[in-house]
Amino acid sequence: MILAVCIKRVPDTNARPQVAPDGKSINPQGIEWVINPYDEFAIEEALRLKEKAGTGEVVGVSVDPDGNESILRKALAMGVDRGILVKGGSMFDGAVTAELLAGVLKNVKADLILFGKQAVDSDSYQVPSLVAHHLGLPRANVVTKLEIQGTKAVCRRQIEGNEELLELSTPCIVSCQKGLNEPRYPSLKGIMAAKKKPLEVLEAPPIEARIEILKMEPPPPRPPGRIVGKGREAVPELVRLLREEAKVI
Amino acid sequence: MREFKGLDFYEMDGLFSEEEVMVRDTVRSFVTEKLLPLLPECWEKGTFPKTLIRDIGEMGLMGANLTGYGCAGMNNVAYGLAMQELERGDSGVRSFCSVQGALVMYPIHTFGNEEQKQRYLPRLAEAEIIGCFGLTEPDFGSNPGGMKTRAVRKGNRWILNGTKMWITNGSSADVAVVWAKVDDVVHGFLVERGMKGFRAQEVRGKLSLRVSDTSELILEDCEVPEENHLPGTDGIKSAFMCLNAARYGIAWGAIGAAMACYDEALSYARNRVQFTKPIAGYQLVQAKLVQMLTEITKAQLLCLQLGRLKDQGKASHVQVSMAKRNNVWEALKIARMARDILGGNGIINEYQSMRHMCNLETVYTYEGTHDIHTLIIGEHITGLPAYY
Ligand SMILES: Cc1cc2nc3c(=O)[nH]c(=O)nc-3n(C[C@H](O)[C@H](O)[C@H](O)COP(=O)(O)OP(=O)(O)OC[C@H]3O[C@@H](n4cnc5c(N)ncnc54)[C@H](O)[C@@H]3O)c2cc1C
Repeated sequence: MILAVCIKRVPDTNARPQVAPDGKSINPQGIEWVINPYDEFAIEEALRLKEKAGTGEVVGVSVDPDGNESILRKALAMGVDRGILVKGGSMFDGAVTAELLAGVLKNVKADLILFGKQAVDSDSYQVPSLVAHHLGLPRANVVTKLEIQGTKAVCRRQIEGNEELLELSTPCIVSCQKGLNEPRYPSLKGIMAAKKKPLEVLEAPPIEARIEILKMEPPPPRPPGRIVGKGREAVPELVRLLREEAKVI
Repeated sequence: MREFKGLDFYEMDGLFSEEEVMVRDTVRSFVTEKLLPLLPECWEKGTFPKTLIRDIGEMGLMGANLTGYGCAGMNNVAYGLAMQELERGDSGVRSFCSVQGALVMYPIHTFGNEEQKQRYLPRLAEAEIIGCFGLTEPDFGSNPGGMKTRAVRKGNRWILNGTKMWITNGSSADVAVVWAKVDDVVHGFLVERGMKGFRAQEVRGKLSLRVSDTSELILEDCEVPEENHLPGTDGIKSAFMCLNAARYGIAWGAIGAAMACYDEALSYARNRVQFTKPIAGYQLVQAKLVQMLTEITKAQLLCLQLGRLKDQGKASHVQVSMAKRNNVWEALKIARMARDILGGNGIINEYQSMRHMCNLETVYTYEGTHDIHTLIIGEHITGLPAYY
């Protein structure tokens, strides 16, 4: 079984990104990059499926405008067998990313392609579905339980007040949600082994960008809070304000 | 848990390899996410966070700088960084790993025969079994060469008699590396839990290293089969080689404890307002923070160079003594200063500094007290031993 995992490099979730002087990008200074947290569920799931099967290969694929290898190395340290890095695309244009990924995945011929349900930087939730479209594969999004039964992928996902059960025929695409598993820490042995694992770097073919970032602005500063009074006497006024002004109760 | 970023005032990250940084950051996340949330309760109850032993084994933190037999085979700098990060959590947890790696696996790896290595090392590396190291005795601490524990050969067995004191992991251990005199020469033995005449008893009432198991080992006509005698051990110097391996990790570990205290004190001082402004804005507080940062930076540089020397096979035991002596002493002073900056809050278990401070009192004393390291370095530079 060949399992492909698509991995994006994103700013550390604790980072406070600043807009760069050009007003159109994020200042990379001082930002630490991590594996998109939802992609860690995808990596873990792929590793578990391979371990359960006792055979197979897990291939990590990442599109990265800077050709930065660091997160693929971390994936290799977690246990992914080999990496493919596509140098090019953009951090924000999911359509371009999807096209580039589809181009690579066509050749990987995976039985299952796993994604995180969203990238926590651009938050556009589109890449798994777009790749499914390009490759003509079925897909299940935001999956919290996955089981492979022969040539079927049985997926569970939470929907409004209930759970949905989907059965996909492989090859297929699954995007992973928190709760699917608990991602492992890379082992020290894994870290040592990672540098010897193959990591192929491909130059992205030119793809016309269909999204242009015109401007980035930090969110407006939050207005300062207001103290309506002290102790028990303040409660009625607080309730009134929450109801009438803030309209939250 | 608040994220911990480490401290890199002298841009030392550029001196580490990619793998070394990855090891450090991995252990750092593990400590933040899994260990720190458990510590206040473990400390209060005086118990080890046992649920993490499996993770520690799976990550390969046990004997990580040894090669083969399921060990990770890391270089000494990566190993040191792992110890640093563990002790950023708690000295007791770092001690657990130091003992297993440097005082149990290292002697089996160095002085054991092939059969012993196969029998113990893979399981110790995975933390499937736990080990301890029994050298100190009630009457012989700084002077372990005077030990009273004796081993006498009887057919194909050894009969051990004696008492070992202050033994980390003593009650939880499946196997104890016990040092005993055969005539006048110190040898190492692998005493297993359940062997006739062997028992352990936990030390109660500790105000330091509370999450660690510290025990007394009692050997009363304890029968140890010949195959559990470590054939390569030859005198007290074999035991000292183990201590030297552990002291190296302690020197790094102390940096971790110090960084945790500095980090806590700095963030507290920025937020705590007294009189007209945050206390970080007062000169006296700044002087303390500056001293902390300076000493941590010096300790980091000392350890990095020591680690590089060790990887080249050039680190002397005196250099290791200097790093252990300096770094633990400075970490202890830093913990006290941090506790001070936290005011009344500093004495509460919710904050870390006083826990580190209490722990470091042990670290200051074990593995050669501060003063014994002074004497080791003193002898080296003057040629005159001053122990007796
Ligand atoms: C929590 C804990 C865990 C430990 N874990 C282990 C373990 O796993 N295995 C193990 O074998 N041991 C262990 N130890 C023992 C530790 O190594 C000893 O406590 C240490 O070596 C000091 O010995 P002592 O306690 O007998 O003190 P002593 O040797 O009696 O020292 C008391 C004081 O006298 C000073 N002193 C001693 N000799 C001289 C001298 N010649 N000149 C000047 N000053 C001197 C010392 O520096 C110290 O200040 C542990 C100890 C503790 C507290």
